[in-house]
Amino acid sequence: MIKKQPETGTFKNIKSSALADLFVSVSPHVKDDITVSRIMWTVTACLIPPLILSVFIFGIQTLIITLISVAGCVATEAISQKLLGRPITIKDGSAVITGVLFAYVIPPGVPLWMPILGSIMAIFVTKVLMGGIGFNIFNPALIGRAFLVATYPVAMTTAWLVPIRDASIFKFMGSGVDAISAATPLYVLKHYGMTALMEKFGSMSSMYINFFIGLRPGCIGETSVLLLLIGGIFLIYKKYITWHIPVSVIVSTGFFTWVFGGETMFTGNPLLAVLSGGLILGAFFMATDYVTSPAQKSGKIVFGIGIGALTVLIRLKGSYPEGVCYAILLMNPLTPALDQWFKPKRFSKGA
Amino acid sequence: MSTNKTLATFPKGGVHPGEHKELTENLPVEVMPYPPEVSLFLKQHIGASCEVLVKKRVEKHVSDKHLFLKQHSGALFQLLVNKKDRVCEGELIGSTGTKLGANLHASVSGTVVGVENILHPQAGKAPAIVISTDPEAKPCSYSPVDWKNFSREELLTKIADAGIVGLGGAGFPANVKLNVKSDIKLDTLILNGAECEPYITCDHRVMVEYPLEIVEGARILLTILGIDYCAIGVENNKPDAIEALKKAVVQTRSKNSFRIDVKPLKVKYPQGSADQIMQSITDRVRPSGQRSSSIGIIVQNVYTTKSIYDAVVLGKPFTERVITISGKGIVRQANLLVKLGTSLADIVEYMGGTTPDLFKVVIGGPMMGFAVSSLDIPVTKTMPGVLFLTKDEIDTQPYGSCIRCGFCLEACPMGLEPNNIGIYVEAGKGVDTEQFGFMDDCFECGSCAFICPAKRPLVQFIRLARLRINEAKKIKKAREKKNKEKQDDKKTT
Repeated sequence: MIKKQPETGTFKNIKSSALADLFVSVSPHVKDDITVSRIMWTVTACLIPPLILSVFIFGIQTLIITLISVAGCVATEAISQKLLGRPITIKDGSAVITGVLFAYVIPPGVPLWMPILGSIMAIFVTKVLMGGIGFNIFNPALIGRAFLVATYPVAMTTAWLVPIRDASIFKFMGSGVDAISAATPLYVLKHYGMTALMEKFGSMSSMYINFFIGLRPGCIGETSVLLLLIGGIFLIYKKYITWHIPVSVIVSTGFFTWVFGGETMFTGNPLLAVLSGGLILGAFFMATDYVTSPAQKSGKIVFGIGIGALTVLIRLKGSYPEGVCYAILLMNPLTPALDQWFKPKRFSKGA
Repeated sequence: MSTNKTLATFPKGGVHPGEHKELTENLPVEVMPYPPEVSLFLKQHIGASCEVLVKKRVEKHVSDKHLFLKQHSGALFQLLVNKKDRVCEGELIGSTGTKLGANLHASVSGTVVGVENILHPQAGKAPAIVISTDPEAKPCSYSPVDWKNFSREELLTKIADAGIVGLGGAGFPANVKLNVKSDIKLDTLILNGAECEPYITCDHRVMVEYPLEIVEGARILLTILGIDYCAIGVENNKPDAIEALKKAVVQTRSKNSFRIDVKPLKVKYPQGSADQIMQSITDRVRPSGQRSSSIGIIVQNVYTTKSIYDAVVLGKPFTERVITISGKGIVRQANLLVKLGTSLADIVEYMGGTTPDLFKVVIGGPMMGFAVSSLDIPVTKTMPGVLFLTKDEIDTQPYGSCIRCGFCLEACPMGLEPNNIGIYVEAGKGVDTEQFGFMDDCFECGSCAFICPAKRPLVQFIRLARLRINEAKKIKKAREKKNKEKQDDKKTT
């Protein structure tokens, strides 16, 4: 019964039978343009500046390690999902993030095969076997690191490199590592004390500035507080993450270090604690992983304080100088419990 | 005009879907000529569980040769006409008698063809009175009377006679809503002109073109309710409507002592939900499971108010309404005044047809509307618009697993946990979701599913959970009954 009109050409035949190809679904029919892969690729983009810096301070092998780690994670995910007969989800970018984050928490001087081992552990055991994206209990990248620290403790705790200050980014290729001269600030602080740290890294103010920019020995992506902060704040601005976890992790770490970190009570150096180790990377990019952190704001703050407290405890009392990795891994499984305890505030309580 | 940020709004949740109102917001209401035939029905607002019951009732009554129809919440219509009867426009053709419901009037003059089962936007097929239009019949004319001489009961009777239901959504009979028991203390009438659904502009045009009728309608409502304060809430994306209503209030101020405020509200979905607009304007929260009158408020849609004015002052029954025809899948967009029962196919024909890339037809707004697979569906009292959408305008992405980002928890205006309900339903444990308390509170606004980055169909999960819980309750009830009977049997033996 529809007359064909010349200006628009073909009309659909309006009577019912011909319209059977109309798409029908449950409301809402429009959706926001945000997607999982957009979030993941944005996070990945926010992680790129520290990688570029690491190439200039530790050498080109940091890029190679990162690429191997990313390739290892993506390949592990694709192969394991294929073998298990599950849909392959490498396009969502979550395996790429795991690869990048995993590379960022290993020392720049490790052998190049080591990241492959870690990425299999991170993706296959921690993520795919748990049910894939959205079902992992622990942060995959950190499990990868914890696995390597347990299996190759020497490489994982000594393969540090001294920052280079010229453009000789190929200098360290093939050369050995020097564990003593390139020890991380936390290692020096733990084993030799504050005076040794000052001797090694110069006066307080220049040390803070170097640490803030990233000119210090450390894991590949953890050194530059400045670039990590830019990335993290961008994610908060985009509302992909909220401030609750990063702020509570950083503030509580500073606070507990100030209270317990010095010779006597209340004499610790909170600023040094925040600027050294992987705290900023952990606070903005690891602890905020959606799946392994609580969804409610109040739960996030408790989660962050827990990470801060455990970090300080491990740093001060444990045998490892760095504690962020284990602190996050220890808080991860508490996420479901925290989600149970901290429920959203209901619109009304009911009559 | 104040900026959007400082305006009154509800504090918790909400999303900002693309508005797309520019397609129709400046188009004056256009009158569509009489269609060749109208089908007046509507089994409207039927939850998943009561669908079966209603069908049974209809079948039973059909077999008893008593026909019942439904255009609103509540009981079915009792049919007052016979096949081949001649009816005039505005003639009463359906009534629910003393049961909860609203009257049904012929929307055109013509001959009753019969009662047929016709496609319904939500509930498969439902019985409808089909009237073939008499092309020679003249349109009715109505002359205004002064409503101030009527008593409260007379006003309510006039509204009931006109068959007016809430045009904003659920279609609750207006006279029943307004007939508040005298022991309930009221203080505020809210006219809901938020119209937060994207695309839809019918209330917007009615506010721009009939502001005096709306303000006068508000006075009628205030008289019925015996209170003296009315707030008209309008989302700030309709500055012309706010201006027109403010002007109308000022123009008619001297008439009496009622206080009528026009309140611009922040543009945030679902601002037009009753709970949210009450909180935005009065800061009061309706306790779960109670009516809004328990916190002293009655909410009425602006278009309903205009129809109440027509019913009381002009004595005009509700036989036509403005619907928004929009979306890029139709040749021309419009705000169309159509006779109830006009089929969508006739509207499409009048508008000039659909475009080749039409992909989805949605009755209502894109957030809460119903997708339909056919255009042989007549216009109903609660149909605010029909959207003809192309593939670019809608979401067709497949969904993934929940990444627990918590965006839906932030977006839910009721403080529910759509993520958990979805995960439970996917795991086949829909029955166990009652702990999340959504049965009373969730009104399926779709904010959670809109914001979900994994594109999860959370509203669908919630409906499934509802279905499972209701099924389980029914089974439990039946079992309890059986057990009781057994025990009784034992006692007697």
